[in-house]
Amino acid sequence: MSPTFEFDGAEIAARDGQTIAGALIASGRASWRTAAGAERGVFCGIGICQDCTVTVNGAAGVRACLRTACDGDVVEPESR
Amino acid sequence: MSRRHVVVLGAGPAGLAAAVAALEAGARVTVLDEGERLGGQYWRHHEAITDRRLQHGWERFERSRDRIAAGIAEGRAVLLQRAAVWRVDVEPLRLHALVGKPDAPGRRRVVVRGDALVLATGAHDRALPIPGWTLPGVTTAGAAQALAKRDGVTVGTRTLVAGAGPFLLPVAQSLAIAGARVVEVLEASRLPRHAAGWTARPWELAAAAGKGLELAEYARSLLGQRTPYRTGSGVVRILGERRVEAAVVARLDRAWRPIPGTEREVACDSVALGHGFTPRLDAAIQAGCALTEAPPGSPRFVVADPDQRTSVDGVWAAGEITGIGGADAALAEGDLAGRSAAGTPHAALAAARRRRDRTDAFARRLEAHAIQDGWSSWLEDDTLVCRCESVEAAAIVRASGSASRALRLATRAGLGACQGRTCGSSVEALCGERLGLDARPLLAPMRIGELLGGSEATA
Repeated sequence: MSPTFEFDGAEIAARDGQTIAGALIASGRASWRTAAGAERGVFCGIGICQDCTVTVNGAAGVRACLRTACDGDVVEPESR
Repeated sequence: MSRRHVVVLGAGPAGLAAAVAALEAGARVTVLDEGERLGGQYWRHHEAITDRRLQHGWERFERSRDRIAAGIAEGRAVLLQRAAVWRVDVEPLRLHALVGKPDAPGRRRVVVRGDALVLATGAHDRALPIPGWTLPGVTTAGAAQALAKRDGVTVGTRTLVAGAGPFLLPVAQSLAIAGARVVEVLEASRLPRHAAGWTARPWELAAAAGKGLELAEYARSLLGQRTPYRTGSGVVRILGERRVEAAVVARLDRAWRPIPGTEREVACDSVALGHGFTPRLDAAIQAGCALTEAPPGSPRFVVADPDQRTSVDGVWAAGEITGIGGADAALAEGDLAGRSAAGTPHAALAAARRRRDRTDAFARRLEAHAIQDGWSSWLEDDTLVCRCESVEAAAIVRASGSASRALRLATRAGLGACQGRTCGSSVEALCGERLGLDARPLLAPMRIGELLGGSEATA
């Protein structure tokens, strides 16, 4: 089954097993965080750089490139 | 038969080979890995998504995975996946981990005890700072590879692949298979014909540990796409407002300084950067393992003896943390480390040592791609070097010469969320000194409450 999650108010359909980052990219997004006023997205893709972090179900600092998207997840962009 | 309990940290090629070898030698084995699936970066995959054309040596992976599954069925192996190991103690040997969904609250606290530890923590891409490199659409080469393999996506549709080393070729191939157009592959090194490194066409090297064949496949795939492969060239600036719109490419001299007058603009919506690899040394440093010496900004590696033993009793090391050598070297080193850690005597390891030594040739060829000092001349004063804390190059150069602590406090370079993993080597290169950014008290990101709270279960 393909999970659907909420991102910043939009419904995102992920392929089963896709990471949150993979699903956001597949939805046409390249960035989902701001740092010092500039946009950031995936950089290292393997959990090293912390550039792609999102808030998932209220918990901040989740690396979108590592976290598999689950049905019903509520994902929010971050800024720092 | 061995009665030892061998703990393996990392389940890429080196860690899997170590685990299988230790099981074969009769040991009990516990493998800890941060990923959801075995395989590390080299065999990163998802059963439902990954295109099999992106995998190499897959049969070896399946055999290793199946051998570990058999070990679990026999009651001799334990596998802890999604395990963020945050502390390694060596006397006595104890690994502390949080197990559960990445970065989720409420992960299980676990402690693993054992008689011997094999460190196989691998490496991540090193990308040099470039003006514009924080724009969305710029990723490391490894990220492009990971997204293509694990998620079946590409960040853009027209991608420039740039950096140094033969690993750019499989990345270009993965991007192409995943649906992007690779506009050019740029290799910063000049690769002189008479040097000890590659020939002008890197895929024509003799079949060093099987790499020749693999690289020839990549070359054919690039030719099929009509993708130019240019040596002595690099990306010196990335342009765009809210995301990548183009990149400025220049010829580079032998020191990697851009040659004035050779700049040209290339239209692209994504750039994949890989200037080499940074070994993931945190666990080895915390365990107290001796490292090789290297100038600031160049990678150090774990010192290993002929049987892959580190300077610390009961701790072995295998794979990229002992020197960047690719998957074949990692497999051979892991095999040797696993046998030795299980208690197989030195005299009985001659064949395993010979298999390991045969992979040295490929590792030596990689030296022709080492980062050269002239890269800093493509920085602008306002180029962000530390991405986490948005620290500009000029601030780091201004503060260089201060003591390490003063520099870090004045600029905050290396003190952000990634703890200097991304910028550390570049900051050290710009300052001309080692700052000790890689001696980290915590090996994985965790919440204060996770550090303080709760009892640890024994795995």
